Amino acid sequence: MTGAAAGGLTHAAPQLLRTAQDGLAVAWRNLIGLRRVPRLLVFSTIQPLVFVLMFRYVFGGVVAPALHGVSYVDFLIPGIFVQTVVFGAMNTAIGLATDMQTGLMERFRSLPMARSAVLVGRTTADLVRNVFVVAMMTGVGFALGFRIHAGVPSFLGGVLLVLAFGFAMSWIFAVVGMAVGDPETAQAAAFPVLAPLVFASAAFVPVNTMPGWLQAFAVHQPVSRTADAVRVLVLGGPAASDVWQALAWDAGIVAVFAPLGVWLYRRAV
Amino acid sequence: MADPAIAVSGLSKRFGAVAALDAVDFHVEPGTVFGLLGPNGAGKSTAIRVLTTILPPSGGRAEVLGHDVVREPAAVRGLIGLAGQYAAVDKNLTGRENLRLIGRLTHVRHSRVRRRAAELLERFELTEAADRPARTYSGGMRRRLDVAAALVPDPPVLFLDEPTTGLDPQSRNALWDLIRRLVADGTTVLLTTQYLEEADQLASRVVVIDRGRVIADDEPALLKSHLGNTVIELDMVGGERAARAADLLRAGFEEAPQVEGPHLSLVSRDGSRPLLEVLRVLESHDLVPGTVAVREPSLDDVFLQLTGHSGGTPAAGAP
Repeated sequence: MTGAAAGGLTHAAPQLLRTAQDGLAVAWRNLIGLRRVPRLLVFSTIQPLVFVLMFRYVFGGVVAPALHGVSYVDFLIPGIFVQTVVFGAMNTAIGLATDMQTGLMERFRSLPMARSAVLVGRTTADLVRNVFVVAMMTGVGFALGFRIHAGVPSFLGGVLLVLAFGFAMSWIFAVVGMAVGDPETAQAAAFPVLAPLVFASAAFVPVNTMPGWLQAFAVHQPVSRTADAVRVLVLGGPAASDVWQALAWDAGIVAVFAPLGVWLYRRAV
Repeated sequence: MADPAIAVSGLSKRFGAVAALDAVDFHVEPGTVFGLLGPNGAGKSTAIRVLTTILPPSGGRAEVLGHDVVREPAAVRGLIGLAGQYAAVDKNLTGRENLRLIGRLTHVRHSRVRRRAAELLERFELTEAADRPARTYSGGMRRRLDVAAALVPDPPVLFLDEPTTGLDPQSRNALWDLIRRLVADGTTVLLTTQYLEEADQLASRVVVIDRGRVIADDEPALLKSHLGNTVIELDMVGGERAARAADLLRAGFEEAPQVEGPHLSLVSRDGSRPLLEVLRVLESHDLVPGTVAVREPSLDDVFLQLTGHSGGTPAAGAP
């Protein structure tokens, strides 16, 4: 017999290492795509830029009195970080749905690669994209008057928390992308879910002016938990409880949606 | 006889009420080219997708080098290469990056990936374009890159789904040569095609499928001998003239002339040689045809012969 099995062209690595290598190979492929089609990156940075300017200057004056001395831009930027990665997660759905329509997916499914690799590769590439976008938003924030109040390590901890949340959201949208299978539908399906999560939250305004029924939702949903945790890490104060709650959401989301996504990939045609 | 490289028995695949594959059986000898022939929608691609573990079958069994596609899909994936009907390459990646990606995902040794990619780019005459994104490639170049990608891990079994559809004759011949060389080196190739000529050029065995069922399983030479090898078509300008011409010509041919309206077709085992005699006979009876065409038998001819109905879809038939 010739070839792969006996010919020594291929290598044998432990299963887990192989799974990681396969995911990274696909992530590498997705990042090259992002570099070659830079408009994707440009548009995913323009949108949060518009948001930060709009909220800072349109709503800033109204919200400021409710903040008891905290400047609105310091309150807003952690919320913008979270909003950015949540909306950015739509790209995970769009990217996967686009892939599903190409012959490349058929080939992937016939290769001896890990069944999780296509999804891990996509969510990992989107994590790297979020690093760039959050770094850029930090720069914009500083230009608009945002300042770190609790030290740089604590701020970086906040950024990591934002990235972890973005990664978790990517897994939700990986499932959306696999389930709907075409990019237009993925985008249309994503927005009605995202808008209430982002706007009925503590991302842009304190929740205490919302009606009671809405407050109940707004306080306990993951966007608020993460925005509040990041805010504490930036502004100072006891952070542990908020951070643990945010991390618990991230872990819970990945634990549910990653297996679901891989299951959908296995049976997608 | 050696164990078959591919063994398919009673294989079925249903999509709702439609049977894309209906109890299909065939065996592929190792180190040979096997042709799966049929019109569009016959079930060729479905068969390939089941054999490459992309689709689960609804019933029956399929094995590749002794590994069951349902129970040991991972083992099967490690032994096969697939080049699909649609050039399955990433348009944003360069040719070289595409091959390296497949190398990494098929677990080719790191030290070999680079060299293997360069080798294949050279063999498929893509070296010059190697570092341009594949979206700048022509259709033929993309197709070559796609086949090159399937060969990266040097698979012992190669599946080619209509590999030459849309290729110009020069690229097609180059691909045929490549397939012959691979087989000479021991690779087993299963290819699907709509073209009898392609199967005849490459395959040592051909299975013809129609509507998910095997309707012929033979050596291409035998298939052709059932059919003759050249078709002479005459437009007699009128059904009555066509019938008279058929009567006159019946004696000279082993297969009865086929009449369809004003059209008359004859199957020749002797190339276009009988044509002069045909025209001479017809002229002497004042039955000179309006138009004359001589062509190689198409898949439609095989179908007409085997099933009594034509392939059915407009795209099926002559190359």
